[in-house]
Amino acid sequence: MNLDHYQTEGLYDELLTPRLQARDGLGSMLDTLERLSYKELDRRRRDAEHAISTMGITFTIYSEAGNIDREWPYDVIPRIILDNEWQRIEKGLVQRLRALNLFVSDVYNEQKIVKDGVFPASILKSSRNYRRECEGMKPPLGVWAHICGTDLVRDDDGVMYVLEDNLRIPSGVSYMLENRRLTKLTFPELFEDYSIGHMDGYTMQLFETLGSVSPRPLDYPEVAVLTPGIYNSAYFEHSFLARQLGAELVEGTDLVVAEDDCVYMKTISGLERVDVVYRRVDDLFLDPEVFRKDSLLGVAGILRAWRKGKVGLANAPGVGVADDKLVYTYVPEMIRYYLGEEPLLPNVPSYRCSDDKQRRHVLANLDKLVLKPVNESGGYGIVIGPGASRRELAQAADRVKADPRNYIAQPVVNLSTVPTLCGKRIEPRHVDLRPFILQGGHSYVTAGGLTRVALVRGSLVVNSSQGGGSKDTWVIAGREQ
Amino acid sequence: MLSRVAEQLYWYGRHVERAENTARLVNVNASLLMDLPRPFKRTWANLIDMTGSNDAFYRAYEAADEKSVLQFMLADEANPSSMACCVRMARENARSSREILPVEAWETINEFYLYVKKNLASDLRPGERHKYLNSVIGYCRQIMGMLFSGMSRGSAYRFVRIGRNLERADMSSRIIDVGCVNLLPVEGDTGAAFAELLWLNVLNSLSSYHIYRQHVKVRPNGEDVVDFLLKYVDAPRSVSHCLEEIHAHLVRLPGNDLPLQTLERTRDMVREADTINLMEQGGLHEFIDRIQLGLNEIHAQVEQTWFRY
Repeated sequence: MNLDHYQTEGLYDELLTPRLQARDGLGSMLDTLERLSYKELDRRRRDAEHAISTMGITFTIYSEAGNIDREWPYDVIPRIILDNEWQRIEKGLVQRLRALNLFVSDVYNEQKIVKDGVFPASILKSSRNYRRECEGMKPPLGVWAHICGTDLVRDDDGVMYVLEDNLRIPSGVSYMLENRRLTKLTFPELFEDYSIGHMDGYTMQLFETLGSVSPRPLDYPEVAVLTPGIYNSAYFEHSFLARQLGAELVEGTDLVVAEDDCVYMKTISGLERVDVVYRRVDDLFLDPEVFRKDSLLGVAGILRAWRKGKVGLANAPGVGVADDKLVYTYVPEMIRYYLGEEPLLPNVPSYRCSDDKQRRHVLANLDKLVLKPVNESGGYGIVIGPGASRRELAQAADRVKADPRNYIAQPVVNLSTVPTLCGKRIEPRHVDLRPFILQGGHSYVTAGGLTRVALVRGSLVVNSSQGGGSKDTWVIAGREQ
Repeated sequence: MLSRVAEQLYWYGRHVERAENTARLVNVNASLLMDLPRPFKRTWANLIDMTGSNDAFYRAYEAADEKSVLQFMLADEANPSSMACCVRMARENARSSREILPVEAWETINEFYLYVKKNLASDLRPGERHKYLNSVIGYCRQIMGMLFSGMSRGSAYRFVRIGRNLERADMSSRIIDVGCVNLLPVEGDTGAAFAELLWLNVLNSLSSYHIYRQHVKVRPNGEDVVDFLLKYVDAPRSVSHCLEEIHAHLVRLPGNDLPLQTLERTRDMVREADTINLMEQGGLHEFIDRIQLGLNEIHAQVEQTWFRY
């Protein structure tokens, strides 16, 4: 297809330079796109759509009219990252997760970071995700976040920034794996030109990671994936992972904590002990004995079992204390404090509305900034200043004044773009990237991650619940083969 | 294996089987109606009898005309036994146990569900219906075939098979019963000339005509057809065959005492039945009631033994 019309519009495009040349090492991808006719590319798109529909790759959108099962949106043109850049990112991600785990351990135990004046006590006291029930807990290997999905964005300066760390129940990894399967199915010839970092190891690594926190030293610990059930938006992923792990997919009612404080599954042969629960149920619904009493999704007593070391829980309850956008602004300091290292990956510059001076700056410049509530996910509650109406800005300002602790603001990051098949043309669309990081006995990072793409021209909103799509992501050896 | 998953798989087997049975009943009846000579009134009401859904049907519909019966049996979302409902439920069952079933089995039930949904409205017209229902039957068999060839013979597989064969035994015994009492889709006296046609219909409803011919050889008549459908253990839709199948899987499950006892009692009762005598003495209906009670009891005991905590 002809790319002469392609406009990089002063943004950073991942494939093309502003003069529409391929970036270093990406020449043959550009050649392929130019060689293929629209008809050819469209055929691949339709093949992929058919595969998605029959493979039942779906996600659920909650709406007033009931839950809608949507087919997973996938763009056939992959996003490519060179491995020399990726190696640096990988190190940065591992470093970050180590520091975050040390931080969570510290805040539920000695709170040295507070005593040393690096992190303010007031933030902990007002943290919505701080769980007193976790105080004094020392989970195996000192790990609270075994699985982390970190969102990376590239600004127009070409630098990759960390946008946020998802430590509670990060999702999307199954879509990352299915996207690769789709590209192999629909675009096999692309794989001839490149040596592409494979992703197949993820679920084996995940099993290792989960197994490493088993209370019993077994070769094959009994691992269960705890799902809220088929109506949860990520149910597809839960069943996908259970299958890949060879684990049981359980709902709260399938588990019971017995008098010996161990967790058991109800099976056709009676009760069977579970060693590790990979829980995809939110903290507050996890244990009606401790958290929300009306929860039907949880398991009464599971927190007690975990505290007594009778079951591994991934991710650990209370880990959300570090998954707070205000805490995020302190991660570079945490890295220096706990590891004595300089952060390898920069944060997006952020203003803390809890700080008087910074709040004044934010309120005076709301129309230029992105305002974010600190505890939401999925893009909810975000106000993008330059695109907001005067009324929206005024309301946002009121919310900040009423609850400054609950907001941070960042300059608009002009997410980089990747060529995307839009209608009958290839056009640039904004993307982010969510790699998945594991920490257990050792650390692991996926080769690439889930690339989400904003399918509407000019839009920066990549969330699938708000019209975003996705792309396969390749990490390739620096030189063309 | 989790109790909840065992239950989902059991119902998966039942729902797929029920969808297939329903599709075939409609097809066979349509074909029978075309064969009926004029003096006999063409009716679809017998399908409602056969499936034991008189109460549910007449609550929602006024008359058992073709359009209402087909809507009720194939498309009605309020009827949990309608084909569309069974397929949707089977998909939900598969979804809740998706990590247990072979990947292709999930993909096929999903494709099946989308197919049924997409074509339901347009393909109930007489010209399209036969082809549509044949595809439905094809899908059901494809799904069961995939499990047969691709699933390890563990508990998961056994629960699917138990569900499927209980459903099948239920349908077969019901059709025999209705055949003897009021299968005749005609009003007025039933001429002997049409009895053969009707017994042929019974066999076709259970896709067993050619097995009957191979095995029994004599032209279809009440006593031989009933005896065959109850007791010929090698015919895959005979009550005996279904009970033997259930037996083969029950014996391999842990803690099976209760359902196994009931199953063996029911199986022996069918095995030892004197069909001709029962028919002559008018005791067949009561006998079939006893089979149905046995099946219901097995269902309740399977539920109690493995699905409830």
